[in-house]
Amino acid sequence: MSTDLQVTGSVRRARRARQRRTLAVCAGLLAAALAAFLLSLATGDKSIPLPDLLATLGGGGSRGDEFIVLELRLPRAVTAVGVGAAFGLAGAIFQSLLRNPLASPDVIGISAGASAAAVISIVLLGLSGPAVSLTALAGALTAAVLIYALAWRRGVTGYRLVLIGVGVASALTSTVSYVMTRSETMVAQQAFVWLAGSLNGRSWDQARPLLLALALLIPLTALAARALPALQLGDDTARGLGARTEPSRVALLLCAVALAGVATAAAGPVGFVAFVSAPIARGLLRRQDAALLPAALTGAVVVLLSDYIGQHLLGPHQIPVGVVTSVVGAPYLLWLLATANRVGRGG
Amino acid sequence: MTVQHTLRADALRLTYDRHEVVKGLSLDIPPGKLTMIVGPNACGKSTLLRGLARLLTPASGAVLLDGASIHSRPTREVATTLGILPQTPVAPDGITVTDLVGRGRYPHQGWFRRWSDEDERAVAEALEATDVAELADRSVDELSGGQRQRVWIAMALAQGTDLLLLDEPTTYLDITHQVEVLDLLTDLNTSAGTTVVVVLHDLNLACRYADHLVAMRDGRIVAEGPPAEVVTEQVVSDVFGLRCTLVDDPVSGTPLIVPMGRHHSAK
Repeated sequence: MSTDLQVTGSVRRARRARQRRTLAVCAGLLAAALAAFLLSLATGDKSIPLPDLLATLGGGGSRGDEFIVLELRLPRAVTAVGVGAAFGLAGAIFQSLLRNPLASPDVIGISAGASAAAVISIVLLGLSGPAVSLTALAGALTAAVLIYALAWRRGVTGYRLVLIGVGVASALTSTVSYVMTRSETMVAQQAFVWLAGSLNGRSWDQARPLLLALALLIPLTALAARALPALQLGDDTARGLGARTEPSRVALLLCAVALAGVATAAAGPVGFVAFVSAPIARGLLRRQDAALLPAALTGAVVVLLSDYIGQHLLGPHQIPVGVVTSVVGAPYLLWLLATANRVGRGG
Repeated sequence: MTVQHTLRADALRLTYDRHEVVKGLSLDIPPGKLTMIVGPNACGKSTLLRGLARLLTPASGAVLLDGASIHSRPTREVATTLGILPQTPVAPDGITVTDLVGRGRYPHQGWFRRWSDEDERAVAEALEATDVAELADRSVDELSGGQRQRVWIAMALAQGTDLLLLDEPTTYLDITHQVEVLDLLTDLNTSAGTTVVVVLHDLNLACRYADHLVAMRDGRIVAEGPPAEVVTEQVVSDVFGLRCTLVDDPVSGTPLIVPMGRHHSAK
């Protein structure tokens, strides 16, 4: 009996330690996000000191500061937070659900679907603004349905889905290249900036629909994520534990695709954010959970910092945020491929 | 003693892609007993177990849990009564033993009630019963096959069900660990009164450990009952197509099958 109590005690201690770690990591990430957020609001052609910045945000700043902060910088920073959180969350869901670190929407063709749809709408249909965002969202959803349908064989396994996703991604990427070669230089330039994933000139017109979508999608994701710990154990075990596997998986994947879709619609396919956020969060947590909330916070920090770097630290021209994130993400992808094959965990 | 639940297959037919694997089979699982299902490869024994655990939908017939169709009840509710350990469960990379065992509490947790003292107690008891408490903080990846299997059984125990189904829980284990796992299941059965159903490859171990033996061939039951009454040379020949001679197991007194091949035969 006393050993039982001891074991119960140690189980409780382990759980408490985990909770403390999660709390500390989330608090740290939140602080980092807040710092990066304020930094990006304060920095620019006109630097605004912190007291003035806080006064402006509180509604008591000068007219000039108010315009610069509330109309120019705030929507961009808010979009960065939203896009980062959405990509981070989407990547964490895909990776843990499909049990494969490669299975993030930017690797398996969801983002490529959005890009192809956006480029076609810019180049061939002459659309711009919100219309491009909407087609991008539709493109992400269509690509997801296509990949899921092709990968479905009495259920979906991670490895199959990743391979088919990579195949679909390259088909869509060549579609993009083909369309680009057929376009006028000016139009191609516009399409190219979109393809790189950029936050340049984001106004409330982009930020508002993104925030609305996230206000709906994040609670839905939290609901759907309840089945995730069971689903990670394989379908038979999950069903034995009383999870409704297929509906739960479809709900989670739909949330993830929609999150990646609205993020891509707002900022273009900001490369590798979905791919690296969850692994970074798991590294900080020092454990291999789904880590949805920490991944979302990590995504926000990554995009805010990358955008800051691209905007202010790399010379006189603004570098699209997607270029900066790719510089970080691509080496990680290579490292993952190299080490995964070595320990035989490619699937 | 716990309330004894009943589990029954009634003219059950199970198919994969229209290929009939379990062919109209009826079976009463004796409550509070240790039942073992044996048979040659592809006889449908694992399929039957998955059917009993509602992982497969019957093509016809039914699985009845406490007299009502198992598919008519909410799956979460069934999961508080009946647990299954599949043949190849998947552990997420890097998961710790405690975390994995804790996932057995899934059916007891709701949207708002996430983790309770009762959950903690159940996990601790399961770790203790399977003798893996010292491994609690280790990563499941690092464990040996025998340890890992005990951890999975701990997860199934943490689920706290009165009925527990296990699909070949001794596969890939050496003989020592096989005996250890079967001893553990016997403990569980005798101490908690849990009804245990096991699909097992090893006929001799099944004869030794089972209260109730079910021998299958080609999707049907050939014989069932206490091993000492059921197992004869004729039954072994009918089920496995194997000539053998039977002796009494010197340890348990249950039938011990001594196979004869083409090169060896009884004098």
